[in-house]
Amino acid sequence: MSVSVLKPGLLSTLQDAGRPGHAAIGVGRAGAMDVPAWRLANALVGNHGDEAALECTLLGPTLRFERAVWIALTGAPIQAQVGDVALPPWTACHLPAGSVLQLGGMAIGCRSYLAVRGGFDVTPVLGSLSSDLHARLGHEAGRALQVGDVLPIGHAGAVREPDPTQSVHASPWGLDPQPWFDFASAPITLLHGSHWSQLDEASQQRLHDARFSIGQDSNRTASRLDGQTLQLRAPLELISEAALPGTMQLPPSGQPIVLMAEAPVTGGYPRIGQIAAVDLPRLAQRRPGDAVCFRHASLEDAIVRLAARERALGALLKHVAQRLQQDGCTNA
Amino acid sequence: METASIQFEPFAEDALLLRFDHRIDAAINARVHAAVATLQRDLPRLECVPAYASVLLRFDPLAWRDANTADPHQVLECAVRAALSAGESSPRAPHEREIPVCYGGAHGPDLVDVAQHLDLTIDEVTARHVAADYRVAMLGFAPGFPYLLGLDPTLAMPRRRDPRQRVPAGSVAIGGAQTGIYPEQLPGGWQLIGRTPLRLFDVAATPPSLLGAGDRVRFRAIGEDEFRHLEAEQRA
Repeated sequence: MSVSVLKPGLLSTLQDAGRPGHAAIGVGRAGAMDVPAWRLANALVGNHGDEAALECTLLGPTLRFERAVWIALTGAPIQAQVGDVALPPWTACHLPAGSVLQLGGMAIGCRSYLAVRGGFDVTPVLGSLSSDLHARLGHEAGRALQVGDVLPIGHAGAVREPDPTQSVHASPWGLDPQPWFDFASAPITLLHGSHWSQLDEASQQRLHDARFSIGQDSNRTASRLDGQTLQLRAPLELISEAALPGTMQLPPSGQPIVLMAEAPVTGGYPRIGQIAAVDLPRLAQRRPGDAVCFRHASLEDAIVRLAARERALGALLKHVAQRLQQDGCTNA
Repeated sequence: METASIQFEPFAEDALLLRFDHRIDAAINARVHAAVATLQRDLPRLECVPAYASVLLRFDPLAWRDANTADPHQVLECAVRAALSAGESSPRAPHEREIPVCYGGAHGPDLVDVAQHLDLTIDEVTARHVAADYRVAMLGFAPGFPYLLGLDPTLAMPRRRDPRQRVPAGSVAIGGAQTGIYPEQLPGGWQLIGRTPLRLFDVAATPPSLLGAGDRVRFRAIGEDEFRHLEAEQRA
């Protein structure tokens, strides 16, 4: 069972939770930019949870499925068609054998996740199926999908296989994307970084009051922030230290950069802030040109919110699994 | 290990930075590696990311919260201070690696410029590069890229004004007061003085990186014939 790539889309990569544990040898985590969306896509198709999904960027790919399959799309709402049938997002959809799934653009947001029941069955690299474009790690040396690629789909194990006689249809229920996708472009929570106090007063104020916009050259490694320039009180000479996804650096140009999923493991620029983990997926959904505002929070508040989100996500994953079982879509 | 001078800095919800100092210095870096060895033994569920003068610890913030405090960083700091205080001051002997290098020619296209800039002969540059004892301070920039401490200060050389788009895998280079090895073909601005036929990073190998932080490294000058021979051996 496999899926063929007829059109690759703008930047479509296989992503899972990433590659933790190898930063000491220079290997970053990579992984899905919007982790809750990736996890919920897997849940909707009855996967165990750690399967790779396709992360589509701004414009999705066109794919042909050799056999009948269950799929789900989460993250940024994306146009999805099989022939004349439009597929709803955040809902499991059944596609018969030979279906050509055309994914289009996203009216809002930057990244959608396509999960298939059984997951994409490629060889893990250092324990992960994630494509790290920068470090060239993952399936096909971590590159994005190309025309003609054929991705094997795994066996769904004990779950019921789709009925090959059925036509394209969506499951009668789906998830409300509302808490998991930020339609309102609310401010992004920012913690103070190690060198926050080195910013001059006007820059400290600007960082929390002003609007930035996501730069055109943003990617999986970094979101560049345009529109405002920040300054240190005095130049800082720093030696290389750790860097993480969410670290806001200030290079000499004065344009802040937020490192994202493919952050290098070390960096030498001043670290003026750290995006709260709970808001990092929301920043990952801002596309070039989108506005961004920041609001300060304490580390304690950020941890409390992270714990609350993990509880809510855990409860929803459990609920989805129970619902699929009731529907007879999965065995226990 | 004495821990009073270590600064603990919360870095993110799941990360705590231990800072030993703000300088690039072999003795400070040795303390970093000693601390990592102790923490890997006593708190194996932490991920330790060593740098020149600091270690980043990554942990599960929800697992490190206790009943009395919402802040896992304080709980972790106590555990780390206790482990480091009890840990022996001289950890296991570091691995020693010999890296064969073919200096100059097509393998080290900047060697002539480096010698000229430093007012040395090509042989003097090579001899001084080979004579030193190096230590892997940290890995970063790309998978398996070692930042080596120990370069003869007379070989310090500014980075190239126009960085190369493609530095060949195995290139041995000088950047400022440091020397390093490009594990893969990468863009880079360091001065290329030679090349090793060894593979520094291979996802199929265990461990994938030939060098680890804290390892000792020596270079050995080899000729073109031995380079080709070793390169063929590596491919086999």
